[in-house]
Amino acid sequence: MQQWLDSLIRGWGHDPSAWPWTQFVYLAFMGLFAFAVINFAAITAGIFSWAERRVAARMQSRVGPNRVGPGGFLQWVADAVKLLTKEDLIPAESDKVLFRIAPYFMMVGFACVFVALPFSHRLVIADMNLGIFFILAVTALIVVGIIMSGWSSNSKWSLFGAIRSAAQIISYEIPAGMALMIPVLLAGTLSTQGIIRAQGGWPWQWFVFDNPATFAAFFIYFISALAEGNRTPFDLPEAESELVSGYNTEYSGMRFSYFFLVEWGNMWVMSALATTMFLGGWQIPGVSAAQLDAMTGGRAVVFELLSLAIFVGKTLFWVFVVMWLRWTLPRIRVDQMMNMCWKYLVPVSFVSVIFVAGWMMVVRAAPAVGTVTHWIMFLAAGVVPAALFVSRVARNIRDTGDRFDFTSNW
Amino acid sequence: MTEARRAPENPTMDMTSNKEVLRRIEYTGDMLLNMGPQHPSTHGVINFLVQTDGEVMKRAIPEVGYLHRSIEKIGEKCTYNGFMPYTDRVDYIAAMFANQGWAMAVERLLGMEVPKRAEYCRVIACELNRISSHLISVGTMAMDVGAVTPFPYALREREFINDLLEELCGARLTYNYLRIGGVAFDLPEGYADKVITFVDHFEKILVEFNRLITRNEIFVQRLAGLAPISREMAIDYCLVGPNLRASGVPFDVRKDLPYSIYPELQFDVPVGHGERGAVGDSWDRFWVRCEEMRQSCRILRQCIAQIPKGETMGKVPRKIKFTEGIEAYSRIESARGDMQYYVVAGGGENAYRVKVRTGSFTAMGIIDQLSRGLMIADLVALIASLDVVAPEIDR
Repeated sequence: MQQWLDSLIRGWGHDPSAWPWTQFVYLAFMGLFAFAVINFAAITAGIFSWAERRVAARMQSRVGPNRVGPGGFLQWVADAVKLLTKEDLIPAESDKVLFRIAPYFMMVGFACVFVALPFSHRLVIADMNLGIFFILAVTALIVVGIIMSGWSSNSKWSLFGAIRSAAQIISYEIPAGMALMIPVLLAGTLSTQGIIRAQGGWPWQWFVFDNPATFAAFFIYFISALAEGNRTPFDLPEAESELVSGYNTEYSGMRFSYFFLVEWGNMWVMSALATTMFLGGWQIPGVSAAQLDAMTGGRAVVFELLSLAIFVGKTLFWVFVVMWLRWTLPRIRVDQMMNMCWKYLVPVSFVSVIFVAGWMMVVRAAPAVGTVTHWIMFLAAGVVPAALFVSRVARNIRDTGDRFDFTSNW
Repeated sequence: MTEARRAPENPTMDMTSNKEVLRRIEYTGDMLLNMGPQHPSTHGVINFLVQTDGEVMKRAIPEVGYLHRSIEKIGEKCTYNGFMPYTDRVDYIAAMFANQGWAMAVERLLGMEVPKRAEYCRVIACELNRISSHLISVGTMAMDVGAVTPFPYALREREFINDLLEELCGARLTYNYLRIGGVAFDLPEGYADKVITFVDHFEKILVEFNRLITRNEIFVQRLAGLAPISREMAIDYCLVGPNLRASGVPFDVRKDLPYSIYPELQFDVPVGHGERGAVGDSWDRFWVRCEEMRQSCRILRQCIAQIPKGETMGKVPRKIKFTEGIEAYSRIESARGDMQYYVVAGGGENAYRVKVRTGSFTAMGIIDQLSRGLMIADLVALIASLDVVAPEIDR
């Protein structure tokens, strides 16, 4: 973005390195971007809250919110207004300072991620050369907020939720971090845009189908991201049937809405990161990143929007998968959660990293091996499971039907 | 540690009051968690005093009595017919069985035979009710383990049954369908077809339900081997119904102490085999209920095929009166197991003593023993797997 600002200042007829107001222009635009990012995060989270309820309702043969606006779409606005105008109750026995500031820690840890998350070919707030590292670092703030909220609520159930959450998020950060190191190894950069550029537009050029280890790493990352985002089957910190509502039990009004904003917004973050790291990001099939760089004028705008649509489409698909898992799977127990992390995900992720490092040497010696493996992985790990899935769904629908209504004839 | 703060020598002694247990927990330095009566997964107003050290529980003490409505005492103050609507409230999820237990007890006092068609109507209503009760049980069990979707699936099917029962008796929850000497209403026109339509549909849904949750690996991992109840333990703790059968004891009142028309019907008694873990674990209890729904479908099909024509009410005196002190006893297989009514006739139009024995109450007794060493998440699954219903515990 700095180059863009510099060119803007040059367009006004000043030299950005000598002009005294350069820093102020930077600051003003930083404020503007921060405003845009926070609003994007909040609005996405709000829309996801509606989408999740509609998706869940469809899966559970219910209707879901359908009164406010077309298809109930404005339900999230109504909910937001309700939550913001509700009384902000603070329990008398709570640690009031911690109780008040805990939601902001979560909000900050969540919103900062958007600084380094790409949206399209040119649209990224800051294409840092430490992008992934930055994302991993700031998301750790969320667990601080959770522990603070659970501890300060002075409720045993909240404390349980907070402790579970701390154990879970800190444990799963290890496999998630290791899994994210694999695309970093392959791309040779920590920058999110750089990692996308190292992939291609077609599915067999994505890192997920690069070799067996990256395929495993993708799922390790996805499972760990589910755990870090407290989504089913890892929703132990807020397990409704066990802990009532977990760490946010005592919260109400605006502060409560922050927790849920973060939870829903995190779906975007985890999916966008998966898209970036493993699924080719905004890469348009058939158009290389260098060709995109070279475009100018209206053609550049069209392809920019196309790359944005591709990125958002992939991200929303994974958001849907996250919702789908949530409303299908039971919750695992806390010891099973720990077992899964330390006995399976951590060793497999370490092995994957070492495998990929060796694999890169093999591919460097014989590039044909890499191309063939891409295709084999794409067919064996992409096409075949998809076909199996479709046939299974078709069988389920054939056996019991998709919709049935025999009561209207009664 | 001073003398006064030392932990009691035998902290697991059983015959102590809850107050004493609380005092002891205070000295051990463990955390005391109050689970309920407003906790979402205690299935009604039950309280558990949970002594925990982190996630692992030392013990969970059930505290019953929050939903006591003195139904037995009401039974002594009402006429025999007048008590029938109250029996619905003994177990409002499976009200038909409570109706039947009371009707059978009074019929035994009268020494009367119920017309054949009325017996068939009773069995049809009861088996539909058994399915709907088990649907709630398996649905909430899945929900307590964290899978939300099976619950609406189960409730959707239950709505169809509620529609059927509403058509039969006008009520969807507290049916008050049975009468002493028969049933209130005959089957309406076209009812047989509707029951068969439902059964055809429901058998397919059971397969889908099993695919969705019963064989789900996470679900199995959560429940298999969890809190197994051995055969001896189940008998010692007087467990009944699906909880007992899951432990491998094929005791079903419908088979072993036959009543009504059950001897004429073909059905199996599913027992737990420890297919995925130990015999009598929580998964077995879940699976036995799923299988029982299938058997109920079989029974419904036979009833619809065999139901004779005729009266639905026997000859019952307008005022039911007995000589003082005669007594009767009825046992039926409720959705929650062996439900027993004991009635001692008073001199006038009402009973001298009514006693209801229900399965949930005895199931509560075993929780303290089973909960030791489990995790808090397991306690939730354990309560759900025992299928305790708060009104049936306290009556």
